[in-house]
Amino acid sequence: MPRIDWLAIAPEVVVAAALLVVLAVDLFLPRERKYWVAALAVVGTTLAMVPVILMAVSGDNYSMFDGSYVVDEFALVLKGVFLVAGYLVLLISVSYIESDRYYQGEYYLLLLSSLLGSMVLTSARDLVVLFVALELTTGPLFLLAGWRKGDLRSNEASLKFFIIGVLSTGLMLYGMSLLFGLTGELSFDGIREAISAGGMASEPVLGLAVLLILVGFGFKVSAVPFHFWAPDTYQGSPPPVTAYLSVSSKLAGFVAMLAVIYLALPAVTDFWGPALWLMAAVSMTVANLSALRQSHLIRLLAYSSVAQAGFMLVPFAGGAIATDGLSEGLGATVIYLVIYAVMNLGAFAVVIAGGRRIGSYEIPDWRGLGSYSPRLGVMLAVFFLSLAGLPPLAGWFAKFVMFRAVLISTGPAGVWLAVIAAVNAVVAFYYYARVVKSAWFDEAPDKIPEDTETGPTGPLSLAMGLALVVVLVVGVFPGLATFFGDAAAALVP
Amino acid sequence: MDLLDSWALTLIVFLPLVGALVALAIPKEREEAVKQWTLLVSVVTLVLAVVVAARFDFGAAAGFQFEVDLPWISAIGANYHIGIDGISLPLLVLSALVVVLCVIYSWQHWDEPRNPRAFLILMMILATGMNGTFVALDLVLFFIFFELVLLPMYFMIGIWGDRTMRKIPGFRKEVETRLYAAIKFFIFTLFGSAFMLLGFLALYFKSGSGGQQSTFDIPELIARGHLFEGTFAWLVFGAMFLGFAVKVPMWPFHTWLPDAHTAAPTVGSVLLAAILLKLGSYAFIRIAIPILPETARDWAPAIAVLAVIGIIYGSLACLAQTDVKRLIAFSSVGHMGFVMLGIATLTEVGINAAIIGMVAHGLITGLLFFLAGSIHHRYHTREMSRLGGNLKLMPVMGGILGFTAMASLGLPGLAGFWGEFMALLGSYQPLPGLSTSFFRTAMVIGAIGTVLTAGYMLWMLQKVNLGEPSDEWAGQEFQDVDRYEMVAWAPLIVLIVAVGVYPKLVLGVTTDAVVGLVESAFRAVGG
Repeated sequence: MPRIDWLAIAPEVVVAAALLVVLAVDLFLPRERKYWVAALAVVGTTLAMVPVILMAVSGDNYSMFDGSYVVDEFALVLKGVFLVAGYLVLLISVSYIESDRYYQGEYYLLLLSSLLGSMVLTSARDLVVLFVALELTTGPLFLLAGWRKGDLRSNEASLKFFIIGVLSTGLMLYGMSLLFGLTGELSFDGIREAISAGGMASEPVLGLAVLLILVGFGFKVSAVPFHFWAPDTYQGSPPPVTAYLSVSSKLAGFVAMLAVIYLALPAVTDFWGPALWLMAAVSMTVANLSALRQSHLIRLLAYSSVAQAGFMLVPFAGGAIATDGLSEGLGATVIYLVIYAVMNLGAFAVVIAGGRRIGSYEIPDWRGLGSYSPRLGVMLAVFFLSLAGLPPLAGWFAKFVMFRAVLISTGPAGVWLAVIAAVNAVVAFYYYARVVKSAWFDEAPDKIPEDTETGPTGPLSLAMGLALVVVLVVGVFPGLATFFGDAAAALVP
Repeated sequence: MDLLDSWALTLIVFLPLVGALVALAIPKEREEAVKQWTLLVSVVTLVLAVVVAARFDFGAAAGFQFEVDLPWISAIGANYHIGIDGISLPLLVLSALVVVLCVIYSWQHWDEPRNPRAFLILMMILATGMNGTFVALDLVLFFIFFELVLLPMYFMIGIWGDRTMRKIPGFRKEVETRLYAAIKFFIFTLFGSAFMLLGFLALYFKSGSGGQQSTFDIPELIARGHLFEGTFAWLVFGAMFLGFAVKVPMWPFHTWLPDAHTAAPTVGSVLLAAILLKLGSYAFIRIAIPILPETARDWAPAIAVLAVIGIIYGSLACLAQTDVKRLIAFSSVGHMGFVMLGIATLTEVGINAAIIGMVAHGLITGLLFFLAGSIHHRYHTREMSRLGGNLKLMPVMGGILGFTAMASLGLPGLAGFWGEFMALLGSYQPLPGLSTSFFRTAMVIGAIGTVLTAGYMLWMLQKVNLGEPSDEWAGQEFQDVDRYEMVAWAPLIVLIVAVGVYPKLVLGVTTDAVVGLVESAFRAVGG
């Protein structure tokens, strides 16, 4: 039996235990006490932070199962991010799921399973572990997307997501099997060494493998042209699930991508560099232009998340172009991911809170929100303008490091991508500002929506408050966020 | 007093922001308390700015004083580096002063939907952004402050702005002026500043090519100016030019200005005209020219051409206006054209002209917008065809309007004169290496512009102030200038006269710094 370092897998063990407890307790709880399940799930994720912090403080690295499972700074940082994101999503979910009155236990079970998958993912250092972890992240989400089973849109969301998800998995597996066939290795380190030892960096088949894997990841992170599922799935799913999809599931795709590209394929920049350059440019442009015409808030956030994925891909391209840009690019993407996770969850929390009061996600129905609910109005403005990247809100620093990572190479390719990103940042502002405009500049409707919230609002407010503090503090002291980038950048060999 | 020296600038920048946070804690209903609190905060800020000015060592105005340089975002090499020299000092004091006057003026003037607390909070955030821009000596810090002013102004225009419906080309339905103006203002400025940021980053990376640590520090980048040359410098200057020129605004990037200034609430227009426009031209003097002097010389003729077009275009556009506020807005395009012409000459005279022009424009156009707001407040219209005989209905206000219009058209003895005169003087003899005949042509066209300026200002006075009041107003009582207005305007009037009679008030501070700037930037070419 291989040696197992229990501390190193303690976060996953805690989450798995919470998951089992949730499953068991749910059976014995009467319907009106189901909120205990939510509380257990929240406690579980909070407890899981403890070993993560302990390991981060001690600074030791752990490697298990012949190096397939590694807990290093990169893994720890991202485990922390996933836990925080999961924690916020749980808080956001409580009142929503409570009011739906069915399958509460299963909801938290599935959410925790997905969280467990993404935590394992951060430590995956070979193709098999990576694949299993990625599927464990996505699998439960197929079910969660169809949570409102009486709702046709929810069914469509789930089905679309499932079919596209399976298709992308198939393509990605094909790519991975080609990679394995070529190099005879499964571990990222092995693949990297085999490629450099065998001089395979410009092998056409390798190019095919890389492209197939990228297509698979493209679906996961919903980058154009593999984004078609996102708007429908986002709109149809229950909003808390959408929040999770747009943050944790996207993050998982990026983490897998970071690990594969920077650990296994750093030598093959000729293949993935241009591909990701193109994917970034097209994602930003197409998604932003599409978002301009959306009037449904969640659909707007869906396109916004596609566009943000484009921005996150920019540092990859920059890293590929610059001779020495890999660690810079990795750090920039991770910083972007961290900031994006918090501000996007904040935005969703506000949208959910407002949506429950207003009863609609159509932007014109949100007019005058600032006048009758200044608290929600301010939050809405802060999160949406942070997504737009305006200083002094945290989003500016994400954009800043993104530009920085791509401009580190002085070649025309980098400069052009930076220019495209800059123009897109301006376009994006327009649709984020439309929401703010509706909430603040337009007159409130004659019949102001009553605050009819009956369920607990505390968790949702807490989620908003936490996100707000992070967005404001990181905006003024971005040094706090660079810590994540620096820690993660240590991954680059 | 060491403590003061190291903290003064930080306090000037962040005191308003802290004030805004505290105001957030005051209940919305207690309007008086909110007003008194913001007034206190802004007055303290002004006092600090005056103290700084008093303790400023005018003998060493060329160097930075009250400097603070602390690590801020160490991972990217951005520091909290602030300081002032002779160029930024007058603008900083102006900014602190105008904010106080705006608070006083708004005491009794609230545009719908009122909510003084929210408005004053935005104004305080704006003050932090403006003051910060003038003291920032680090490109990232500068960028943050430069952008920080956008949000409050966006909300000011969007919430308290002009609600009349307007047909705008390209829109199917009529839209409210404020909505259109707010987003246009933002998109234009953001577009420029996105490229400006790219330029800053490019400078940062290039600054490391000499084997030193890359830096965002402005004085350090000036010292490493030799690293930036050729196409690289040309492109970077272009990127920064976009950012700054939109803010100034220079023709043809000016189209946001008439809309934003007209739609903004009175105080918003005043702040826009008096301070926000200066951020762009100040950035040319502080960043673009000293860091990239050689490239600035390549760009100077283009800047001069745009400046001159701006002067003529702005003046002609004024003659076509029927709305008095819009007329004043367009006059800014012309006046900022003079400022940019001065900068384009790259000479000591020209850049001095630009700074005194900025200060004068801040005082005069700020006051003009106050007046336009008060006139609108009384008559509920700004259509010049309906106004007239203002001098009879409200003699004091009419008198002040006449005085300010005279100052604006550049009457010698008042503040507006020096900026225009010296800008033209500077173009007579531009920096060696620049085409003299070219700049002299610009000078002649600019001089024609001054005539046009006089033309539209007098035309405006005739329409608004002179003649008989229209029958529409017969039998109505108009309250002449009230106490709050008087208190808010008196300092501006005094300063317009003071700077006009004794320009050394500004030039005495700036000259050393400008001479230092020009000499160190263009020493190589014998400037």
